Amino acid sequence: MDIAYFPGCTLHAKATDLDRSARAAAELLGIRFVELSKWSCCGASFPTAGGNLMTLASPVRALAQASREGGNLITLCAICYNVLKRTNHLVSNDTESQKKLAMFTDEDYSGQTRVVHLLELLRDEVGLDRLRDRLVSSMKGLKVAPYYGCLLLRPQNEILLDDPDRPQILENFLDSLGCDVVDFPFKTECCGSFLAVSAEEVATDMAHRIVDGAVRRGAEAIVGTCPLCQFNLDNRQREMATRYKEFRQIPVFYFTQLLALGLGLEEATIGMGQHFVDPRPLLSGKGLL
Amino acid sequence: MPLPEGAGGRAASISLSRRGLRSDFVAKVGEISGQNLMACNQCGKCSAGCPAAFAMDLLPNQVIRLVQLGLEEVLQSRTIWLCASCLTCASRCPKGVDLSRVMDTLRLIVLRSGKAALSLSDLEKEDLLQAPQLAFISAMRKYMP
Repeated sequence: MDIAYFPGCTLHAKATDLDRSARAAAELLGIRFVELSKWSCCGASFPTAGGNLMTLASPVRALAQASREGGNLITLCAICYNVLKRTNHLVSNDTESQKKLAMFTDEDYSGQTRVVHLLELLRDEVGLDRLRDRLVSSMKGLKVAPYYGCLLLRPQNEILLDDPDRPQILENFLDSLGCDVVDFPFKTECCGSFLAVSAEEVATDMAHRIVDGAVRRGAEAIVGTCPLCQFNLDNRQREMATRYKEFRQIPVFYFTQLLALGLGLEEATIGMGQHFVDPRPLLSGKGLL
Repeated sequence: MPLPEGAGGRAASISLSRRGLRSDFVAKVGEISGQNLMACNQCGKCSAGCPAAFAMDLLPNQVIRLVQLGLEEVLQSRTIWLCASCLTCASRCPKGVDLSRVMDTLRLIVLRSGKAALSLSDLEKEDLLQAPQLAFISAMRKYMP
């Protein structure tokens, strides 16, 4: 199947590993991402106060474009996913906002496009059992902690992906790859998000709580879904090492990298070189690289 | 640290009156956020779940309490700038109050008075060269008018 793809500003720049690994893996599974012919930055935050509709012009345009390019829209960035889904919810339920946006963008868009996440497609279109059968290497013995972050799940009545406090979709996916999934209490805890830029120490402490929590439960790696979480949990381990004595580093993957690994794709496609904490020693040790 | 230091609502004295409850400030916050502020009964689940509470001067539940009482000093807290909009509070509130919208509203009120909580020069740090651009976009959305 072909599906319209919204990359967002980050996927072609700082998160090319997420982009490449996802597209190559999806292609092997029969899903081809076709980048939207026209799109611009989603805005990176959904405005929730004071009728700030201007910032939704770009997401509305992307969604309207997608309605003409297949009717479905996939995105890999959790922020884009959140903004697009919430925009859809708004224009489907709030007639006044829908009309204002329609007048401004010249697009009479009212929620026709279906926004999906790759995890949903893997579960529903590919099927986790079929995925298991397609694996070239199983990740048995690799202990991974699933990390959802916040935007993938909340607000739960608008995103409708999974339970916001006890989600399972990422666990089930990792399980189908053969990983030993390690549950830990911080899997839906915020990584600090944009505080990484405005209040670095606070964000580092928030991210540390998550990383440390995973390590304490015996995880050898964390698996995430968002480029900003990746930065806070992976790159900021440099700061964590200086702030916390006895801090133990742990690699952080995008879920699509493990998927690509399991399907036998090459290292260059998986993109191991962009990590701060090099995951290659761990993977070689497990015979996966 | 680029964010405002915050008086934390620690005024020398706090004046409570019925006038405060009916002030324009309370009405404004209620209107812009679209939330029924009086529905909050101070159970504290928001503060218990907030991942940034450890760094805040006022706890999330204290923020909404000050708003309910019409105490505008809440706008001087550091808390409103440390909210990461993670929506944990909103997902747990048993009364259905979306505190993240209230936080956004309080920030908006300060930003619309022309004050920025972050300047571009605060972003000129080497380690941010690796940060994804979405971090800057969302930070600029939240902190600059």
